[in-house]
Amino acid sequence: MGRTPSRGVPAAYRRLMRDDPRDPRLPTSPGFWRSPLRGPRFTSVLGLVLLAGITVLFVTGLLSYAAYNPNLSPVNDKTPDKGILGFYLFTWPTDPHWLYRLNQGVHVTLGITLIPVLLAKLWSVVPRLFALPPARSLTHALERISLLLLVGGGLFEFVTGVLNVQLDYVFPGSFYPLHFYGAWVFFAAFVAHAVLKAPTALRNLRRLREERNDLVSPRPAEPTVSRRGALWFVGGGSLLLFATTVGQNFGGPLRRTALLAPHGGAEPGSGPGGFQINKTAAYAGIDTAETAGDAWRLVVTGRTETVRLSRARLAGLPLHSSALPIACVEGWSTPDQWWRGVRLRDLAALVGYEDDPPDVFVESLQRRGAFRKAALRANQVADPRSLLALYVNGEELSPDHGYPARIIVPAAPGVLNTKWVVRMTFGDL
Amino acid sequence: MRAPRLPLGSPLHLLLLSCSFALAAYAGVRLLAGDWLGVALWVVGAALLHDLVLLPLYAAADRAVVSGFGAVRRREWAMYVRVPAALSGLLLLVWFPLISGTVERRYRSATGLPADVFLARWLLITAVLFGGSALLLAVRLLRLRRAAKCRPPAVH
Repeated sequence: MGRTPSRGVPAAYRRLMRDDPRDPRLPTSPGFWRSPLRGPRFTSVLGLVLLAGITVLFVTGLLSYAAYNPNLSPVNDKTPDKGILGFYLFTWPTDPHWLYRLNQGVHVTLGITLIPVLLAKLWSVVPRLFALPPARSLTHALERISLLLLVGGGLFEFVTGVLNVQLDYVFPGSFYPLHFYGAWVFFAAFVAHAVLKAPTALRNLRRLREERNDLVSPRPAEPTVSRRGALWFVGGGSLLLFATTVGQNFGGPLRRTALLAPHGGAEPGSGPGGFQINKTAAYAGIDTAETAGDAWRLVVTGRTETVRLSRARLAGLPLHSSALPIACVEGWSTPDQWWRGVRLRDLAALVGYEDDPPDVFVESLQRRGAFRKAALRANQVADPRSLLALYVNGEELSPDHGYPARIIVPAAPGVLNTKWVVRMTFGDL
Repeated sequence: MRAPRLPLGSPLHLLLLSCSFALAAYAGVRLLAGDWLGVALWVVGAALLHDLVLLPLYAAADRAVVSGFGAVRRREWAMYVRVPAALSGLLLLVWFPLISGTVERRYRSATGLPADVFLARWLLITAVLFGGSALLLAVRLLRLRRAAKCRPPAVH
């Protein structure tokens, strides 16, 4: 090996080539890593918290995916080439009516709460990134490649999720396929990692005295905090994130505690329409001329006929009430609002489906948005609480909440509650 | 007697990792179906940025704080700076798009909510964190001083 360093090569690399890789000035040496906190127990505690937390994230994520009923219609399906990854899909229920609200609140709030644990876990094992030799066996080499999927895939899931809830769509593609397929890549590596490491982690915690491993620094610096103190610190970070986020799932004063969450703070406006809005009428490109009384007509098509209904005609049909929330995939929701409108199954009956409400294909006036067309399944149409709402909290819908008419279905993801509805086509999809 | 180590490693581990890679590849092909270069850069870049930029940066900042206090023989004060600084930094890291205002226009027009509140709230939380930390330090110093006064004079 040439001992004369060539120009332009970083000093650290020259040292690596020339000297012993155990030189404590190099990260390849265990002596480079001096924190007395690192060790099997610290990593094991964080690892087991993530094992439980990420499992919940994965399950709630899969449930949220199922809630869109992607197999019902191409318009609901942002991942048409999912193949066997959709093996578990099922008819999304309408009971309990807060199901999606709970599921998505847990998914997003827990994900945000776990960020400090994830960062601390990665910090605790970073010496292994530089460990030499790079591979001791074929299995070890594969395990290290798998760790790239684990760390890269995990960070990708957290980053895309955190950006999406803040409407910062800078990631390379549509959120749904990226977050869904990314989750499977990450989970594949996660399961392998958990199977390989969880037994060791459990053993580490059961032992009274800590075993030494490669994470323990051979020349630790003087401690500034105990290991227990460091864990409390990580927990404190999680608690702070939780406390400033969770409120966006509630109403009134609790929402104001969500100081940094996208749908925390005050409600948009006051009065009957003063609750959270996913996309405003202006954002969706709704022209008030199209929603005016003399221009807007709802076109309902079914087995026997097509009817065109003005808003006055709709309001003359039997009206029913239901108290239902708006729950968004972004992990915020409203408390139950009091909606009033025509039952979806009554509309189905109007066009020839008297006793057997089928699926329905709903189209909106909105110009943009991934779900300006959406499909609802027969069980959702049949539920007596599912409405084409005309009123909310005792008043006409506001333009931002979907005037002249909007869908509201129990337990459905927010975007399936189509606003500014113009066309409904009943029939098996 | 120990058997010589096989360069293959444990066959069970090998089987497990093969299954994991098979599933990852099945999903990965679909993940990369669109902008494959962009997605690959994001996945690999996320790991590299974290391990080679973010982590060294905050570790160096922490070391600077501790050694700075060490230089003035107040090493035990470091916690009163690093805890509020790390918590504030964590909030900034997670909510950067909202706090920095990079999504201000889209956020305001989509949600109908004011977008310029997040920077002020973050600064306020940061001020409370540092203020609370300073208060704790002051209480601790006061207690130490009182304890020193109450103690009977040392016998020389």
